[in-house]
Amino acid sequence: MASVPTRDKTGRPVIAVTGIGVVTSLGIGQDENWSKLTAGVSGIRRISRFPIDGLRTTIAGTVDAAYTDYMPPADLTTRLAFLAAEEAVAQSGIGSKNHFPGPLFIAPPPLELEWHYREALAAAAGTDIDVNYPDLVRAAARPQFSPVFPSARGSTVAERLADHFGTEGSAISLNTACASGATGIQLGVEAIRRGECQAVLAVGADGSVTPESLVRFSLLSALSTHNDPPEQASRPFSKNRDGFVIAEGAAALVLEDFDHARARGARVLGIIEGCGEKSDSFHRTRSSPDGKPIVACMRQALADAGIGPEDVDYINAHGTSTPENDKMEYLGVSMVFGERIKDVPISSNKSMIGHTLTAAGAVEAAFTLLTLQHQRMPPTINYVVPDPAIPLDVVPNVARDKRMRRAISNSFGFGGQNVSLVLAQEPA
Amino acid sequence: MTDRREVWITGVGLLTCLGEGLEAAWLHLERGDPPPYDDKTFAPNIVFPMRPMSFDKQIAKKSDQRQMETWQRVGVYAAGLALNDAGIAGNAELLDHTDMIVCAEGGERDLAVDTAILAGMRKAERPGAFLNEHLMSDLRPTLFLAQLPNMLAGNISLVHGVIGASRTFLGEESAGLDAVRIAQARIAAGQSEVTLVGGAYHGARWDVLLNIELSGMLLKPPFAPVWDRGPKGGLALATMGAFLVLESREHAQARGVRPRARIGPVLSDSRARQAGEIESTLRRLWKEISPSIDPKQAAVISGANGSEPATSAELSVLTEIGLPVRNPGTHIGHGIDTHFVACLGITCAAIEHGKLFAPAGRGDRGDSPAALRQAAVTSVGAWRGEGMTLIERVD
Repeated sequence: MASVPTRDKTGRPVIAVTGIGVVTSLGIGQDENWSKLTAGVSGIRRISRFPIDGLRTTIAGTVDAAYTDYMPPADLTTRLAFLAAEEAVAQSGIGSKNHFPGPLFIAPPPLELEWHYREALAAAAGTDIDVNYPDLVRAAARPQFSPVFPSARGSTVAERLADHFGTEGSAISLNTACASGATGIQLGVEAIRRGECQAVLAVGADGSVTPESLVRFSLLSALSTHNDPPEQASRPFSKNRDGFVIAEGAAALVLEDFDHARARGARVLGIIEGCGEKSDSFHRTRSSPDGKPIVACMRQALADAGIGPEDVDYINAHGTSTPENDKMEYLGVSMVFGERIKDVPISSNKSMIGHTLTAAGAVEAAFTLLTLQHQRMPPTINYVVPDPAIPLDVVPNVARDKRMRRAISNSFGFGGQNVSLVLAQEPA
Repeated sequence: MTDRREVWITGVGLLTCLGEGLEAAWLHLERGDPPPYDDKTFAPNIVFPMRPMSFDKQIAKKSDQRQMETWQRVGVYAAGLALNDAGIAGNAELLDHTDMIVCAEGGERDLAVDTAILAGMRKAERPGAFLNEHLMSDLRPTLFLAQLPNMLAGNISLVHGVIGASRTFLGEESAGLDAVRIAQARIAAGQSEVTLVGGAYHGARWDVLLNIELSGMLLKPPFAPVWDRGPKGGLALATMGAFLVLESREHAQARGVRPRARIGPVLSDSRARQAGEIESTLRRLWKEISPSIDPKQAAVISGANGSEPATSAELSVLTEIGLPVRNPGTHIGHGIDTHFVACLGITCAAIEHGKLFAPAGRGDRGDSPAALRQAAVTSVGAWRGEGMTLIERVD
């Protein structure tokens, strides 16, 4: 049965996607997400899991269906990652129960000890009025707190997933801020191209909407304060956009050497043709004003895929709805695509699901694959006041059908982290 | 399969309690000076703080220093030392395609704000509302940028201009192992030419100690070498920064650079541990490395951290292997994510000097080979993750 291996334009293995799983504030699973995403439904709502007194922003794209009381972010993130990975692995039909034949790359949120636990430690420390860290540390050594330990470890979610799905080798937890989910996919693509493995489970998951995470972004003036009504807060590319909406979600992709997928009769859902990455050394939270790093990032992705901008039919924007990002993303795409940008629709899933942070790159790659599969572009909702400085076809407010062969998905993060993915339909 | 290429270590940047640079650390280790631990400042815990220092040499702008917390300053400084050592610092053309894999956790907190809020919440009628109000008013906005794990990499891009690929790995000792593993593999496969890999860990902080002490593993007095901490073991956390520049042989030769050493593939695993599994994993990794070893001129540099049962398990396998062993952790403390990279740096010094440093504790066994040319470097995480690689002299 030996046949000529399928290779891309530079002789590397072709990377197929054979399983997709996704969870967002819109729902659990591809079907619910896709129907709501293309109907222009928003998942942004008033926060109900903790008091919102005194907060400038009181809305988020929480996944309440997966949350139970006092669930720390480590546990909610694990739950979201499990849901997404279970759907993806089931769809791909790969491996067997408790054995996924390849490594795991996962982008979880940074995990820290929750205030709920800090309070318990302070109570256990037993001092009357003052609280100090030496007492907290002394209290921490008590056996009753050992179950708390995993909730503040960066590798907790990866370990739980690796154990449950039986992935191979050392599971990698990674973080590139808001590009994390895309970086996980990129690391997986590279591993298959190196010939280290024939399948990868790539996951982005973020269940970290807590008072402190909200406040931290709020203090950087990154969040929308358009609290009423919540569903109209995320307004990418609009003139009156005022920040992003923090959100939870997860997505998992089963990546596979194309020949490996074909040989086992798997359905190929799409191809990851190229990945691009370029760091920005301009500023901690802002992009270089000349747009060079994000332009280089997209161009590298196109070059890695062996195509030109003329081959791209749709752009899944990073589109956070912050004044800064959307302006810079417009500058970037207009430099890469030139005059043609008028004919390349670009929409932002974040208008409906908010910014799923470390999950965003994976969630939006999943949605981009569904966009190609269904030949339907999800809209940018809340597009009522166009920004004249951003003359883009943002697929305003209503989903639109289009013949598409190939798309780019952008992810840009704090710390100058930029990643672009080129995704395509299965080759005919 | 892509052709495998040779990977060289062309730069080392080390900042530990033993001082700045590889040579300072080597001099201490070679003489077998007393380990500079501190059992007072964080009593009853033993830690290895760094000496007070100015960061100006590697982070020229005070405004940059102000935007960072200590773990970032230490990391950015060590990264600068590595870039200097490799002759890359300041070379915009090289930096443009220098990739970066950082291992870090981030997360330094404002201790005064934390404790004031906790005290206030006890008395507050509505603790949740009190928490919100005080987080909003008391947290420094820029502190967040010192907490995000990827902001060590971000600051290295800003300060040193490293602007190729940039990834940050989390997850204790495994993060360091996997950072070097992926960096080495990408270069060997032609996916990168030159990569800055490493991290920073700031163990001499109460908030970091708090996280780790939830596992009950912090070392209490009396201090003992890593190998001799009894059945319960103990971690003596350290503040350290460690970076390596890994480079393809072709790329290094083209720019006329001498290697400090060659690095082979990093082998690693991180499955949940059953009894005896650390030993069986280490034996499996050793079996892959041992065919390349010449026992007459080889040794093991152990990353064992003093936690149990990991340290005893590693010791029993190293005893079977029978090569001379040294563990720098007795002298530099444990740098969690950063520790493996620091051990690799120190191994480079040993290979260059052609000998081992002074032994400390029962696991540091055997005399140095007359001419040390090869060293297997191990890492066994306190909770998970086993790994090994081979460092060799290049003639």
